[in-house]
Amino acid sequence: MTPKKRQKYEAIIQKSLELFASKGFYNTTIPDIANSLKMSVGNMYNYFKSKDILAKEIIQYISVYLGQKIKEINEEDISTKEKTTKIIKMYFETASIKPEMIDYFLRIYLSNREVFVDSCQGMICVNEFVTEIMIYFEEGVKCGELRDQDFFSAFGLFMGYLGGMVFLKGENILPKELDEYVEDISNNIYKALSV
Amino acid sequence: MKKLKVLWLSALSCNGNTHAFFNYPNLEYFLDNFEFIYHPVIDSEYSLEDIVCKDIECDILLVEGGISDDFLRANTPILDIIKKYAKKVKKIVSVGTCASFGGIFKGGAYNDVTGLFFDEEKKIDRLEEFRDKAINVSGCPVHPDILVNTLFSIKQELKLKLDNLLRPKEYFAYSIHNGCTRNEYFEYKVDNHKFGELEGCMFYEHGCQAPFTHGSCNKILWNEVNSKTRAGLPCMGCTEPSFPRENLFSTKKNMGIPQELPLGVNKRTYLTLAGITKAFTIERLQKKLIDD
Repeated sequence: MTPKKRQKYEAIIQKSLELFASKGFYNTTIPDIANSLKMSVGNMYNYFKSKDILAKEIIQYISVYLGQKIKEINEEDISTKEKTTKIIKMYFETASIKPEMIDYFLRIYLSNREVFVDSCQGMICVNEFVTEIMIYFEEGVKCGELRDQDFFSAFGLFMGYLGGMVFLKGENILPKELDEYVEDISNNIYKALSV
Repeated sequence: MKKLKVLWLSALSCNGNTHAFFNYPNLEYFLDNFEFIYHPVIDSEYSLEDIVCKDIECDILLVEGGISDDFLRANTPILDIIKKYAKKVKKIVSVGTCASFGGIFKGGAYNDVTGLFFDEEKKIDRLEEFRDKAINVSGCPVHPDILVNTLFSIKQELKLKLDNLLRPKEYFAYSIHNGCTRNEYFEYKVDNHKFGELEGCMFYEHGCQAPFTHGSCNKILWNEVNSKTRAGLPCMGCTEPSFPRENLFSTKKNMGIPQELPLGVNKRTYLTLAGITKAFTIERLQKKLIDD
């Protein structure tokens, strides 16, 4: 993909995320996205052949984005406790700066499995993200900080907690900003996962 | 045809390599080409006392078993016997994992048990002056074909390419995983194995070390018919300096990720691939292959 095309591709994803967040996934059509980007619908189809394909590529895009952020943290020479705080901080920051991104993950990807069932079996479309979470856990166990357990029991605790907080924020229920919860939540998660 | 003269010395050993050697299917042909000046089990021209006291011609020294300074044969330190013959032979072959790396006897009563040239994977200098003659054919036991083919290579004066643990690459450049009949289960991460059954890969749960163990067990079959993994038993990594590890029947994992990954595979790449392959549900691999 040329840099110009890549830029357009990302602009479509960004605009789609915003429209999905404000209007809902099913209420947003490809022509709606094209119109708001001042693109022809025909040109839009040069980038994404269908809304389902767009939906799939968006989730992969988010997975790569978050995966890359966690990878940078994983590669730092710091304790698992520090990594825990950094990952949670990064996740909440993303939810604050790009709420539509996390919103998409929680409200569209996890809630509309019928859209993803054929092209995103298992965790294929969130592979980069899950891989980095696995490495974070695995290295935590290896260095003796985290308790060895089934991956999903740890993953559920970690992601369920973070997802829940972002959801509460999205519902305007949280009295404080997300970043003010980083320390407490990091401590809670670390205590729950540590040996 | 001139036979090469071979001395087979048994150090701290269970004689397992000797037993495996007896299963070599063309033993007569072997004995047309080689002659044991001494072997602890086979009748030979000289006694062990002769070997120690007399000056006997020898072309190849084979040592089976771990080495310790305290270990005697014919009231003589085994190391002295080894050194005496190491000087005169063309090649010194460490037969099996004990002679190669120390093996299972490292946990025994003798002090400082090692292989001839290695203590596990660490080089040792007990016999350093003879290192250029050394060949390790590891395994618990070594496959008789590998031992015999190596000896024929020496006889034919072929230049054997060795790995960094002095094992012939011809046999040890491969992983045991190569040729395993359970590869399909490995690829799609199906480990619903029960010991002894045909189905399932044993790498994920059952401790199989084949993907990170060097050797040819699934290429050169045992008794020409089978291998551990084909028969339904995990590879125990017996050709490696780390043999024997503990918990041979369960895979050590950290939060679901195997501690040891297939040779040369980067962890991130492995997990990415694992995520993709786990997405498949292949009914054929979930049930008995031959289901009546």
